[in-house]
Amino acid sequence: MIEIKDLHKSYKMGTNTLHVLKGLNFTIAEGELVAIMGSSGSGKSTLLNILGMLDELDEGSYTLDGVPIKNLNETKAANYRNKFLGFVFQSFNLINYKNAMENVALPLYYQKVPRKEREERALKYLTQVGLKEWATHLPNELSGGQKQRVAIARAMAAEPKVLLADEPTGALDSTTSYEVMDLIQKINDDGNTILIVTHEEDIAHMCKRIVQLKDGIIVEDKFVEQVRASQYV
Amino acid sequence: MQFLFDRNTWQEIFGSISKNKTRTVITVIGVLWGIFIYIALSGAAKGMDNGFESMFETIAKNSMFVWAQSTSMPYEGYKTGRQMQLKLGDATMIENRIPQVEYIAPRNVMGFFGSPPATIGRKNKTGSYTLFGDFPQFTKIAPKKIYDGGRFINDEDIDQARKVAVIGERTQKELFDKDEDPIGGFIKIDEVYFQVVGVHKFEQSGGFGGDGDIFIPFSTFKKLYNTGDNVGWFSIAAYDDADVIKVEENIKNLLKNIHHVHPADDRAFGSFNLGEQFNKIVGFADGITFLSLVVGIATILAGVIGIGNILLISVKERTKELGVRRALGATPAEVRNQIILESVFLTVIAGIMGIIIGAMTLAMIDSFTQDIEFPYTNPTVPIPYVLGALVIMVVLGTLIGLIPAQRAVSIKPIDALREE
Ligand SMILES: Nc1ncnc2c1ncn2[C@@H]1O[C@H](COP(=O)(O)OP(=O)(O)OP(=O)(O)O)[C@@H](O)[C@H]1O
Ligand SMILES: [Mg+2]
Repeated sequence: MIEIKDLHKSYKMGTNTLHVLKGLNFTIAEGELVAIMGSSGSGKSTLLNILGMLDELDEGSYTLDGVPIKNLNETKAANYRNKFLGFVFQSFNLINYKNAMENVALPLYYQKVPRKEREERALKYLTQVGLKEWATHLPNELSGGQKQRVAIARAMAAEPKVLLADEPTGALDSTTSYEVMDLIQKINDDGNTILIVTHEEDIAHMCKRIVQLKDGIIVEDKFVEQVRASQYV
Repeated sequence: MQFLFDRNTWQEIFGSISKNKTRTVITVIGVLWGIFIYIALSGAAKGMDNGFESMFETIAKNSMFVWAQSTSMPYEGYKTGRQMQLKLGDATMIENRIPQVEYIAPRNVMGFFGSPPATIGRKNKTGSYTLFGDFPQFTKIAPKKIYDGGRFINDEDIDQARKVAVIGERTQKELFDKDEDPIGGFIKIDEVYFQVVGVHKFEQSGGFGGDGDIFIPFSTFKKLYNTGDNVGWFSIAAYDDADVIKVEENIKNLLKNIHHVHPADDRAFGSFNLGEQFNKIVGFADGITFLSLVVGIATILAGVIGIGNILLISVKERTKELGVRRALGATPAEVRNQIILESVFLTVIAGIMGIIIGAMTLAMIDSFTQDIEFPYTNPTVPIPYVLGALVIMVVLGTLIGLIPAQRAVSIKPIDALREE
């Protein structure tokens, strides 16, 4: 599903350049649930942003579902993001003046899905994350965990090939984190490919594979025995 | 362009506008105020224009009055302070010598300029009324509306010095019974019987005159009061394209010549130039119209720029939201169109509201000034002006929306998302 080869990325800051990613290689198959770990500043978000086509790589190659991702203009990148990718952010990034259902329906709007169908599908995904009753509530009426579940529903509504989550539990307490992980595991059980950036050892072990980044290189890439989050909920 | 007709686009825009209420209200007020000023001012200017026009409906626009006074300079053996007198022959001279004069009507009056009013009687009723001795061409200068069945003085009346009279509405009311037809009836003017041939409808006009005025043929007046060839004053109308000030000057110079008055003596003949006054008023009204146009457009402009400004601020505030939208798959074009459409939509809504409120204000002013004597009628803004204003607003709204729209897409989604 995802293949990166010799991926380099550096940021120019005035006269010096900061070499953040120094030649990464990995392949992620369909249906995997991967945790990307590493200390702060190791380049986790940078990697995820490149995979999410929000940022461009300097060197190397990136193939998503057999499609080589390179030289994208903004419009093309937007279309690929819309079709292939779902995002979950640490700070939820819900649109504050839209209610839960409208937030979930937004990617479908950019897919030109008619309104009726948009709402039906949004409601379906809200039901999946257990928030059907909250459909008409604004984000500021929801708890952090509920917000993140709405964000996950929004990411899933467009039925992406890959779900990218940058510290999805970073702003949540551990109980709520496990609820969110439980949800992510269930989505993964349905066969969806998911990448999660996390700091937390326990969250990482709820995935099936852990990629360890350090100073811009992969120092460890291992499959692990998945800990089910449901037992903590 | 297809997105314009897509219901989804409008739902998205309407959502964003209606959910950011304060912002929307503030922006709308700016343009609303502008278009309101524009409509109210230009409508009021038009109303004043119409008012002045109707004031001059009852008299030729390029008309003037000339009368005699006394000299202030000795000349050709005459002493200073000589009382001047206009003569019937002067009118012929003026008509022959000054080609710009279209009509000249010599007039005499009882009940004005120091002369006592005529005593009018009928059966056992009597009253004092102003009485004019007139030629038919007077109505060319100051049109008189005559009620059905009647007429004004004609040439035969003059030739035969007929004892006929045109009376006013009030005269009719006071001398005749309610259901009595005054036409053909007789009235006594200073003990002489006259037959009524017409009743004139009184209309407030720039000149003097009233609803009791009685008109009789100039020649009959002359016999009745022994005025000979004397003329009280001339009512004169120049051709439309004539320079009224020049004509006035020529007439007075000619009169000075005829009556042996020093060419530099400005006191011998008096005059009042309605045409000149009218031109001043028209100039004033035009000036107001122009001013209201300038002020209105400037205010609209300021309002639209205000919208641009607030959208710019709101785009900054919404940087993160727009970043999220782009992460979710909004293309730069979609983001740009949304901002521009928000701008145009707000502008047009505000504009339409401004037009409606402006029109309502105009209607209100109109109904207030209905009964008072103020030159203000039918304050309307021509439809092309309104449409023009709307077009200007759509164009400006688009142009001004381009700036925040461009700002919104110039920032990369990754940077937009990082924004706090
Ligand atoms: N747009 C940018 N411009 C310049 N430097 C950047 C930019 N984005 C990231 N960096 C730098 O690149 C390095 C990697 O950043 P990145 O956000 O990928 O780290 P991270 O592993 O996600 O860290 P954290 O766990 O704190 O989120 C950091 O040193 C950061 O300062
Ligand atoms: Mg990070």
